[in-house]
Amino acid sequence: MSTQVIAQSIESLVEYCDRIIEEPGFAAAVAWKNAAPKRAAIGCFPVYTPTEIFYASGVLPVGLAGGGNRMEIAHADSRFQSFICSIVKSTLEQGMTELLEPLDGLVFHSICDPARNLASVYARNFPGTPVEYIHFPQNFEAEESPRYLRDEYARVAKFAGELSGREMTTEDLRAAIALYNRIRETIRRLYALRRDAPHRLRTRELYPLVRVGHLIPPEEHAELLADALHAAATREGRERDRIRVVLTGSFCEQPPLDLIAAIEDAGCYLVDDDFLLGRRWFTENVPENAEDPLLALADGYINASLPTPVKHDMRVSPSQLLVERARSHRADAVIVLCAKFCEPSLFAYPLYRKALQEAGIPHLFLEFEEKMWMFDRVKSEIETFVESLLFD
Amino acid sequence: MTETHYQGKLHHLQKELMSEYYAALTAAANGSGVPAAYLLIGGNPVELLRAFDILPVFPEVNALQLAVRKQSLPFIQSAEFMGYSSDNCAYVKADIGMYFGGRETPFATIPEPSLLLCNYVGCNVYLDWFGHLAEFTGKPAFQLDIPFIRSASGKPSKEDIEYVLRQLHHLIGRCEELTGRKLDEDRLREAVRLSSLTGDLWSKIKHLTKRTPAPYDAYFDSVTMMAPLYCLRGTPQGLEFFETAYAELLAKAEAGIGPLEKERFRYVIEGPPPWPHLRAFRDMFSRWDAVAVASTYSTVGGLWEFGFTHDPDHPLESIARHLLEWNLTNRNFLQRYEQIERYLEEWNANALVIHSVKSCRLFSAGQGDMREYFTKRGIPTLLVESDLEDPRYFSEAQMRNRIDAFFESIAHRPTREGASV
Ligand code: SF4
Ligand code: SF4
Repeated sequence: MSTQVIAQSIESLVEYCDRIIEEPGFAAAVAWKNAAPKRAAIGCFPVYTPTEIFYASGVLPVGLAGGGNRMEIAHADSRFQSFICSIVKSTLEQGMTELLEPLDGLVFHSICDPARNLASVYARNFPGTPVEYIHFPQNFEAEESPRYLRDEYARVAKFAGELSGREMTTEDLRAAIALYNRIRETIRRLYALRRDAPHRLRTRELYPLVRVGHLIPPEEHAELLADALHAAATREGRERDRIRVVLTGSFCEQPPLDLIAAIEDAGCYLVDDDFLLGRRWFTENVPENAEDPLLALADGYINASLPTPVKHDMRVSPSQLLVERARSHRADAVIVLCAKFCEPSLFAYPLYRKALQEAGIPHLFLEFEEKMWMFDRVKSEIETFVESLLFD
Repeated sequence: MTETHYQGKLHHLQKELMSEYYAALTAAANGSGVPAAYLLIGGNPVELLRAFDILPVFPEVNALQLAVRKQSLPFIQSAEFMGYSSDNCAYVKADIGMYFGGRETPFATIPEPSLLLCNYVGCNVYLDWFGHLAEFTGKPAFQLDIPFIRSASGKPSKEDIEYVLRQLHHLIGRCEELTGRKLDEDRLREAVRLSSLTGDLWSKIKHLTKRTPAPYDAYFDSVTMMAPLYCLRGTPQGLEFFETAYAELLAKAEAGIGPLEKERFRYVIEGPPPWPHLRAFRDMFSRWDAVAVASTYSTVGGLWEFGFTHDPDHPLESIARHLLEWNLTNRNFLQRYEQIERYLEEWNANALVIHSVKSCRLFSAGQGDMREYFTKRGIPTLLVESDLEDPRYFSEAQMRNRIDAFFESIAHRPTREGASV
């Protein structure tokens, strides 16, 4: 795409992203692989993957985000029971229907029990596909945790090198960190812009701009985001009578694009969310010239990353953080939007509920499934909620 | 078709020792001054607490006791009232409900925790559970992070072991602060020595069901021995219990006595029991003269029958190995397939029953794949669903029909050599 040549409008950028997101297959990844020797692509299950390590090893990290609402699950539901979230099944289904064929491997993480078992089931069903599993530390207080994670990353780097046939150098990794820093920093700025002027950038627009980074090479994504930031900052927009909402709970399985639009159309400005959290992950840039960049990445995970229910950092209270986030974003309310059967997000809710009630912040609890395609009921529920706040 | 009847000395001793244990919990709750640490069953490091005379409290054991006594539902409902989902693990809900209900149970008053020791061994729900207790109570918590088994060899790496050892040293520091006493290395060695003898006996007991008839049911009777294995391991009483149990079960084996009058089917069972309906569930198998000769559930706290033993000469290293490698919960799902395969072969069983529980996704997520794997290998495999804690998910008539149909069908099929149909 020629993002450098003509200044693009948000609408045209979003349209471009929507098209890529909705296209089955991984055309951009395949093109990237074919453009040079010693390249591979890996599918990364949510929530966070140290993408830099793969990219520095000649492996394009591709984000897996479930099957959306166009995929029918015909095979995988005999492997995972009815009470397991959809993304676990739709990821396996994609494998069983050969949609993941262009990927040379998959990586899973210690986010929850179903995702962990999926790593095993996937490996058994596809013995030709290398499957990696990262155990992220859950002891955030011990001084050895970054060191442990650094060693874990060294192991992952070895795996990545085997996929592409190219071993990464420290310089490669530093360059990848700088590139992904640029991406994350631009996303942070887009998030800040939406927080301050949500009428200039809707979440239904911001979301695909971020999500497309799952599928295209990072250089391209960095440029696209820079264009989007420029376009959004100079965009005219009319403020509407809407409530400001912080949305939380959708950090893994993703709601359909139309559900995001429906929430906004029901009278909400979404001023913060935890969609696709892995694309932002860090609260600040990872040091770019660290002597040991693996350690820098590991340290960032422990000491400078965003809160999510799949991380259990006992130094902080996640529900207090949510209250603070609602306040710092001048939110009128919080929507807790959990994927159905998602144990980590459902477990977070009672603590959120208590803290929000104590802080006097109204909230609405909703569940979604990636495969849902009717939004009238949710929309009217949100409308009622919004009205109760506007006319109270 | 036989009714279950099985009562021995070990049952009485179990009752006696467990009521002593629960009396100690009640005393602690009433201010005996003994500190109590909450911890989880998965590969638990109870020996370390013994060395400090810290009372171990296992919320999972309490939750299951509530379920067995049909007391869990009101607690589950009060947790749901607080915002817990019907889809969350009901062990957690029963425990949280009980905690806020005054910590009163029919078997003990549960003391407040002096330390929340979250041994994160495989189960991600553990982290939520203890995180919530920490947030609700404000009590000190320690997160013991155990890297999951993710290597092709099924072994922890050198780095994993070092990482766990370092954390164990921090944990010792926390216990020292809590008790105001330095670690007594001899006491630790002694607790580990007692555990090692206990584990050896438990392993021998496990191997007794290789005999025909199996002298006890490796699911329904194993669970009687599991509470002492966690709550009393590392003490002389714990060892005494397992000596008694082994002697009694060995005598039965020698005399050719099993839990049923006749042993017709030998099966392996995967998944935790439906505690609120244990009796009814057991009878569904007994009426077919079917005996479980091995169960994966009985290895959540440790997998001794495949060769693990604590080492008093290397106490911390062996605690680390137990946490990392030698328990079901920290092993990956495919290692469980291997475990079942070994049971089918070495324990000479001819069927697999998978009890899929909604609460525990550590166990259940992917069991459909497991069924497919074993069915393809020619093992008659049955998958039934209910729950381990929530009584609302047990449909008795449907369950019985499925089990009847299963044994009906295998009664008419040719069996592998040596199987005892
Ligand atoms: S949606 Fe929730 S339960 Fe499902 S894989 Fe993701 S984190 Fe796990
Ligand atoms: S999910 Fe399973 S292992 Fe984890 S706490 Fe619940 S019952 Fe125990």
